Order: sequence, then structure tokens, then C-alpha cells
Amino acid sequence: MIPSSFEYVAPTSVEEAVKALVAGDGDAKVISGGQSLLPMMKLRLASPGTLVDINGIAGLDTLEEADGMLRIGALVRHGDLERSALIAERYPIILDAAQHIADPLIRNRGTFCGSVAHGDPAGDWATVAATLDAQLHAVGPKGAVTHSARDFQTSMFETQLGTDQILVEARIPCPKPGQGSAYLKIERKVGDYAAAAVGVMVVLAGDTITEASIGLTNVGPLTIHASAAAASLIGKSIGDAAALEEAGRLAMEASDPASDLRGPADYKKDLVRVLTKRALRKAGARAQGQEA
Amino acid sequence: MSSNLATESTVAGAIGQSPKRIEDDRFIRGKGNYVDDVQLPGMLFMAIYRSPFAHATINSIDCSRALAMPGVLACITGKDLEAHKLAWMPTLAGDTQAVLATDKVRFQGQEVVAIIAKSQAQAVDAIEGIDVDYDPLPVVVDPKRALEADAPVIRSDLEGKTDNHIFTWESGDADATDRAFRDADIVISLDTLYPRIHPAPMETCGCVSDYNKATGKMTVHLTSQAPHAHRTLFALVAGLPEHKIRIISPDVGGGFGNKVPIYPGYVVATAASLLIGKPVKWIESRSENLISTGFARDYHMSGELAATKDGKMLGLRANVLADHGAFNAQAAPTKWPAGFFNIATGSYDLPAAYCKVEGVYTNKAPGGVAYRCSFRVTEAAYLIERLVDNLAHKTGIDAAELRKLNFIQPEQFPYRSPMGWEYDSGDYDKAMDIALELVEYKALRKEQAEKRERGEVMGIGFSSFTEIVGAGMSKICDIAGLAMIDSAELRIHPTGKGVLKLGVQSQGQGHETTFAQIVASELGIPSTDIVVEHGDTDHTPYGLGTYASRSTPTGGAATAIVARKLREKGRQIAAHMLECAPDDLEFDSGTFSVKGSPDRTKTIQECIFKAYQPELPEGMENGFEDVTYYDAPEMTYPFGTYICVVDVDKGTGEVKVRKFVAVDDCGTRINPMIVDGQIHGGLTQGFGTAMMELISFDEDGNCFGSNFMDYLIPTAVESPHWTLGECTTPSPHHPIGAKGIGESPTVGSPQAFVNAVVDALTPFGITNIDMPLSSHKVWKALRDAGVSDD
Ligand SMILES: Cc1cc2nc3c(=O)[nH]c(=O)nc-3n(C[C@H](O)[C@H](O)[C@H](O)COP(=O)(O)OP(=O)(O)OC[C@H]3O[C@@H](n4cnc5c(N)ncnc54)[C@H](O)[C@@H]3O)c2cc1C
Repeated sequence: MIPSSFEYVAPTSVEEAVKALVAGDGDAKVISGGQSLLPMMKLRLASPGTLVDINGIAGLDTLEEADGMLRIGALVRHGDLERSALIAERYPIILDAAQHIADPLIRNRGTFCGSVAHGDPAGDWATVAATLDAQLHAVGPKGAVTHSARDFQTSMFETQLGTDQILVEARIPCPKPGQGSAYLKIERKVGDYAAAAVGVMVVLAGDTITEASIGLTNVGPLTIHASAAAASLIGKSIGDAAALEEAGRLAMEASDPASDLRGPADYKKDLVRVLTKRALRKAGARAQGQEA
Repeated sequence: MSSNLATESTVAGAIGQSPKRIEDDRFIRGKGNYVDDVQLPGMLFMAIYRSPFAHATINSIDCSRALAMPGVLACITGKDLEAHKLAWMPTLAGDTQAVLATDKVRFQGQEVVAIIAKSQAQAVDAIEGIDVDYDPLPVVVDPKRALEADAPVIRSDLEGKTDNHIFTWESGDADATDRAFRDADIVISLDTLYPRIHPAPMETCGCVSDYNKATGKMTVHLTSQAPHAHRTLFALVAGLPEHKIRIISPDVGGGFGNKVPIYPGYVVATAASLLIGKPVKWIESRSENLISTGFARDYHMSGELAATKDGKMLGLRANVLADHGAFNAQAAPTKWPAGFFNIATGSYDLPAAYCKVEGVYTNKAPGGVAYRCSFRVTEAAYLIERLVDNLAHKTGIDAAELRKLNFIQPEQFPYRSPMGWEYDSGDYDKAMDIALELVEYKALRKEQAEKRERGEVMGIGFSSFTEIVGAGMSKICDIAGLAMIDSAELRIHPTGKGVLKLGVQSQGQGHETTFAQIVASELGIPSTDIVVEHGDTDHTPYGLGTYASRSTPTGGAATAIVARKLREKGRQIAAHMLECAPDDLEFDSGTFSVKGSPDRTKTIQECIFKAYQPELPEGMENGFEDVTYYDAPEMTYPFGTYICVVDVDKGTGEVKVRKFVAVDDCGTRINPMIVDGQIHGGLTQGFGTAMMELISFDEDGNCFGSNFMDYLIPTAVESPHWTLGECTTPSPHHPIGAKGIGESPTVGSPQAFVNAVVDALTPFGITNIDMPLSSHKVWKALRDAGVSDD
């Protein structure tokens, strides 16, 4: 449980950090919370030549709403989101997820952006980001680029981010009137990744669903945006049990889990069905102000 | 017991009081001293290259790349050890185990090459520089497959060995049991696996071996639950003279049976230090601990319980297939290949019983350690308690009533069980009644009935276990020929403060506090005036160590007796000073007073000071110290009733433990706070066993469970709230009536969780789910029974 040896640099600006990544020529890695990278290094599943520590860069810890977007800077920790009054009041899906990521110690270090950048289909934030249609702002040697969270991950542990790019901020549209959201996760114990998890966002006009989005965690090689399941809900009543069941079924169809210690594939698929229904009910209740 | 019943003392820190744990001062301040804290000048480091295969022939080993890496001084292979006759070592169970593999590897994670380097990081880096050429062999993972005629023979090293069978062990009366089954109205059968789990102590195993070439002395700082026994085994294995071996077991960060065996790493590090003449440190990583050191359980059990239709139990039959892995390294008294599994009749007055256990080799890590239990008692208690709950469901008799109908009654003690144990004492109805009241049983059953009407799933599970601990009894228990005695040496200095030295070894149990409390009660000096020492074989008396809840039953008894010897010396001195006959003195809480003249007194401190002065009674030597070696006349039999209440989510299979009541009877409670702490810890481990812990393998013998993301142990977040109750039936043969508490909760609790879940699922015709009760297993049982999520 000792990593291979590596170089360590701690730049104080994004530009310097990018330079260090370019100098690393594909063998340098950003470290933010270190809660995914360091375990992989200790297990020697990753052996980067250089670590570029971005924790000393000022201004990356923004957590605020501006211009209709929620801005989550690269150094915003899971615990910051868990304890934020703004999040508790306006983004229930984020609070739900924050309370169930890893354990309280890891939440104090791990970052939202680091989790998304990690490209792990088991990561809860990538699902939340996809469900809420986040934009991911990165900086590389050629300047700034923006990616959509919905197609950010390209394969297991791979994203659209170049090895010389730093994800500096995620931006999430502020909630609309009538919006509700929820994140439900089944884990074997605290600190475990999801056996399956479902993120849901709905916008209601009265009882009618006018917008919907569903994201799935750890039930396939990629973070899943279950668009057919979400589309099936448009125009339906949030109280329509058959519509919710159908959305659950479609979400299940969108999933492609593997059997492992967290359970067989058919179990995980059924979890997607059950959790989708429950999350929709919860998000609906929240949209209607019936539940915190 | 004498009229000076220790529990009556009013001295500060006496038995029955709950002073805070003395040892916690240093632990809380980060001042503990564990093996990995030991730093010696010139110390080298060892890392181990392990087999990636579960079964493979070794063609060749090439260490040249590793030897060229920075800081690497030596690579040791099995061939190198062969030259010193150290390639193989004996196990506690009388088998042999490879120290470093020579001919072939037999489990994934087996030790193949040891690397010695100047730093730990350099040693670990060099693992990647070891090249071994293997020919993979067919792998045996399933113990049933291991017994098939065409199964590959794992122990080809054993001369004439043509199968994978290790032993067959029987207990009880097979014919009488057959007759009981013939007469029965009902037979309950249960096939169940008590899965392979791991003790997973917070501190992994390791050592610092330090050979002094000038003095010829080998000092080994060792993560050991039994330093004295390990010294003798080192002498026998390594051929070192025993007086030139010193084992120091400093603070031990949890053992739970994991630190009873001797591991290959200890042997190689010691051999390396001997050859190089420098200290060598070896500390295994978490993954190494989980994949290669002593696992626990792995018992495939078939149990049958015979009963009348009114629920009177008539007989028990058990057949077990015990998976011991690649080497038989079970840690149990030598003559007990299946430990005390024949305690399986538990708390019930069963007329007939029979059990048969067969041990087999498989391509898995060796072990079979007694993880927080007396040898194989967890498995036995699990089997009988699961059968009893299933009998309750079958007969429709309430699970509590059914137990009461069959409990051994208080007047039947000492009670001889059908498989030969003599239970010292018990009052099982009392523990049950206290538990029923604490859990509010009647209201719960009513709630359950209402919930079932609404389609909700709730269950109540019982466990009324009996343990057998304190080994104990040299007439039947030895380890490698060593009688399972234990010892205490007490030395009080002139000013009345002193030191108690023990042969047992704390791993967190609180010995430094509780053993001083025994002295406080028996000798009448405050517990804080006694320092308790253990863990250094040069400075403590011989003992067999701490496991099987044996410290209080054996070392605690020795402590009480040695304190009583000194109390008698004090009495002689007091009588001398007060000019009366010793028999004319009464002793209470540290003061001798003349019967009938209560103002004529001498305190124990005055007597102790006198012991170091001239003019002692005729023929008495100076000084105030003594030593006692205690051989228990019998085992002790702690017991209790646990009740667990669960709610099950039909949609996800998740089990929520809503309530858990534990009523324990461990006889006299020395420090009630520490007893509660032991119970909390043990219940949490039992909860882990029941709900999440599992070491499993794929068909190629790859181990799943090599880190804490895969091998799940509970944290404070998911652990239930524990409600404790107590009941006290002192052991009649133990000097202070204590029975041992460390392991009751791990022995008693797993079946309570499982029984609760099975009780919840009984309406759907479900009679068993094997541990761990992962959500997906409960979900599958529900869906297979046609239960939907709403
Ligand atoms: C025991 C344990 C349990 C866990 N459980 C969960 C869980 O239940 N759910 C969950 O979602 N996560 C879980 N995690 C992961 C945790 O949430 C991590 O914090 C997170 O995945 C990664 O964030 P980080 O800031 O720690 O990233 P790091 O570990 O620092 O980096 C991860 C990867 O992303 C890259 N990276 C990091 N930041 C940036 C950036 N700003 N720009 C570009 N690249 C970047 C790194 O180079 C690296 O490749 C768990 C971790 C542990 C150790």
C-alpha cells in the first residue's frame, strides 16, 4: 500500500498548473481531493510521474449562484455541498447525493469536479451533473473549453478532458419554478459506491410533468442519462402510478450493469426500476412543496 | 467462595466499580506503542512477493531485476530457507505450512520471495522486480469438490497423500441419536454455510526481529496474542535456545484470533535478522492481512433437529465440511481438530446428539482461527439457534416459549451435555425473561401482526446461546504439548504500590484496568496503585495468551489467587504486630481488625511495609511477592439471550435492524463499563458477520475481499443501537465467579440477525438465507418467492 515514487508540484495559478501538465507530457496528473487518485496509486493501479496539486490555487472554491447558474469551483468539497445552506434550500438532489458519497472524512477532501473528472461510472456527482445538465468548464494550453456533462465520459475512467486540461468549474442551471429533484442510492454500507443509484429532476405544472431528467449511477460502463425514460414522463401526471412504473421500466432498460460483489445484474436492474419510481415520487413531492 | 467475597470490597477500583480504562490515557494521546512504532538503529525492511495464482508449479524464480533496484540488499527464496531447514514450519494443528513456497504455490497470496531493503518503500518497490515462472494447475475452491476422487491433490508435499482429506472427527452417540430421530414427530433440516470471514484487526500483523550477534540473543517485537507460547514455538521451529529468545508484544491493535498463529513473515524476518545480524522489520499491508493471514469459519453445516409436535427437542445431528484452506493452520487446542464444535446442543436439554466434522484442503489461504470466539463455538451456536427458530416456525410455537420449554433448568447444573461437556452454571429462563421485557416482546408481536396485514415485512429473531470458554483444563487442552494454564506474579513494594505481571496478553480488552481491580478487591489496595505488565517474555511469567475468552477465567483466577496468597502473608504479619492469632483477624477492604475489638487494626499497607523491615514472624522471609500458575478445573459457560428486530424493504431487499436487545450473563462483572464495551464491540462484529463480511473466491481461486472496499466491516453509521441487559450467575469454580465476556456477543449475535430476517420472510415460505444477508440475497429470496416491491 505504498505508491511508486513520483514528482510533486504545487502551482499557485491555473496557468502554471497547465504548464506543469504540458511539461508532464501525458504522465502528469492533477490532484485535487486525492480521494480517488491516491487509493489507485497505493494499489499501484496508477503510477503518474508527476502530481500537479491544485489545492494552493486561489479562487477555485466558488460556490454561488450567478447569472442563472450555480457555480461549483474545482476545490469545492463534497462536505462543502453537504453543509451549504444554498444547496439545502435549492438543490435537494445535490444534498441527497452529498450525504451518501463515501464517508464524512472523504467528503472533507474529495471535490465535485475531481469526481466528475475521474470518469468513473460509480461516481455520484457525474450522475447529478448529467441529470441537472451541467456545463463543465476546463482550461488547457489552448485556453478555455466547455463540455456537456451528458456526454463527458467517453469510457471507463476516460473523459473528454485532455491530459493537459484542468476542470475549473461546473455550472448548473438554477432551478425553475415547479422543479423538484432527488437522488436515491443503495449502498452496502457507508463509504461504499452505489450498487445502483438514480438521480431525478422534474418540473411540474400543477400535477403535470413538463420537464424530466433521469441519471443512473454504476449500472453500466458509463454514467447513464436515461433520456427515453425521462421523455416518457412528459405530459403525464406525477400521481400516475402506471407512468412512473413505465419510466422505471425504461430506465431499467437503459441500464447495463455487471454482476459483482454488490449483487447480480438482475438485482441492479430491478433496483433501477424501484429507485426510479421512488425518486420520481420524492422529486414530485418536493416540487409541490410537500416534502423537504 | 470465601466470606471475603471480592465483590464486597469498598476499596477504590474494586470489582464491580467502573473506573476509566488506565490504558486509554496513552491510546487517546497517540502514545501507544505498536510494533510498527519500533525503530531500531540500522533497521532493515522486508516485503513479500506473493503468488498471483491459487495453484501453480514454480519452475524458476529470478530475482535479478529486484536485486538491481535501489536499496535492495537481498532476496530470500524457499530454496535459501531449505538450506537452513526453514522452508516449512509446523502449524498449531500439527500440519506443516510452507514458509516460502518451493515446489508450488497453493493459494493466491502465498509467500514466495522475501525482499530485504534499506527502506520499506524500496522493499515494496522491488516486488515488481521479481520474476517467477509458473505452470498453473487446476484449482480446487469448493470443499465438496476437494473430496471428489479426481480432484487435484493440493498437498502433494505430504508423503503418500492422494486426496485432500485432513481429518474426520466425531462426537456424541450416533445410535442414540438415530433412535431419537426415529421417535420424532418433526425433523427440522438446515443446510447452511457459515462463510469465510476475516478478523481484520485494525493493526495488521508484523514484527521487528533483532538478532544480537554478540550476545546471541534474538529479540522479536511481535504482534502476538500469545508471546510465551510463541517463544517456545520459535525455539522449536528455528532451533534457537529458548533462553536466548525474547518476545515483546507491545500494544496490540486488536487480535480477535488473527494474532494467535505464527506466520511465514515472522519466520523469514527472524531468519533474515539472524543471517544479516541487523534488525529486520516486516509489517504487512491491509491486503496482505486479508488475503493471507488466518481467516475464520468456512463451515458447511448440515444440521437436523428432532422434536415432538409439542416442541420438545429430542436430538441433534450435525455433519460439517470444514474448509481449512491449503494448510491446516487452525488455531485450537491440539487434540481438538474441530475445536469445541460439540457444544452444539447449546442451552437445551437434548437427550441425544451426534456430530461429525470433516476437514479438507482447498486452494485458499490457511487458517480457521477462533475469530472472537472459543474454538468453533460460533459455528455451533449458529447452527442450533437457527434450527430452533425454524422449529418454532414449523410447530407454530412462539420462539421464546419453545426455548423455555427446552432450556436446561438451574437445578440441573452442573449439567452434563450429550456430547460430554460439564456446564458449570446457568439460569437461561432468567436471561430470556429480562430480554423479553426489555424488548417489549408482546407489543412487538402485535405490531408484526398488524404490519403483515398491511403487507409490510418485519421480523423478530432470537438467540439463546451458551458458550464454552476459558481453555483451560490441562487434562484435555494443550497447544503443541503445552498445558493451557496461565499465570500471575504480584510484587508489592514497601510503600504499598506494586506491579502485577501476567502471562496473558491484552489486545484492547482493558487488562491493565481490570486485573488491577481484582488485586484491589482481594488485597485491599486501590487499583491505581497497581501497574499491570504483560507482553514481554523476559519479564512476565509463562502463559498461553489471550484468546477464547480465557484471560479472566485463567489469568484472572491466577491474579485472585496470588493476591490471596499475599493477603495471607499480610494476615500473618498483622497478627504478629497486633499480637493475636491470625484466625482472630477479620479482613475487609484492606484492613485487618481483631474480631471483637474493631479499634485494633492494621492496614494492608502497614503489613506490606513491615514485610520489608526486620523482626518478622518466626521463619517468614522478607518481601511481599508471589506467583501463581492456574490450571482451570473446568471451562466456564457464559450465556445470554439476544433479540433482534428488523424491517425489510421489499423493493430493495435492505434490512434495517430497528432494535437489538442483548442480555448477557458472564458471571461476576469486574468492570461493568468495560463489559458493556466488550459487548458493544462484539455485537458490532456479529452484525458485520451477519450482514456484510465475506471472503469469497472465483473458480480460479482469485480472492475477493482484499481491501476494505470489498471486505466490508461495519462503521458507527450503520451499526444498530444496542440495548443491554444483565443477569449474573457466578461461576461456582472460578475464584471470583467470573466467566469471560469478550466473545459472547460475536458467538451469540449473528444468528439473532438471521433469525429475525427469516422470521420476517416466513410468511413467504422462506426458511433460510445464508450470511451475509446482503440486500441482493434478501431481494432474490423475495422475488423467487413471488413477492413484488409494492
Ligand atoms: C473509501 C472511498 C469511498 C468512496 N465512495 C464514493 C462514493 O460513494 N461515491 C462517489 O462518487 N465517490 C466516492 N469516492 C470517491 C471520492 O468521492 C473522490 O473524492 C472523487 O471521486 C474524486 O475527487 P477528488 O477530488 O478526490 O479527485 P482526485 O482523487 O484528486 O482525482 C481523481 C482523478 O481526477 C483528476 N482530477 C481531479 N481534479 C481534477 C481537475 N480539477 N481537473 C482535471 N482533472 C482532475 C485526477 O487527475 C484523477 O485522475 C470514494 C472514495 C473512497 C476513498
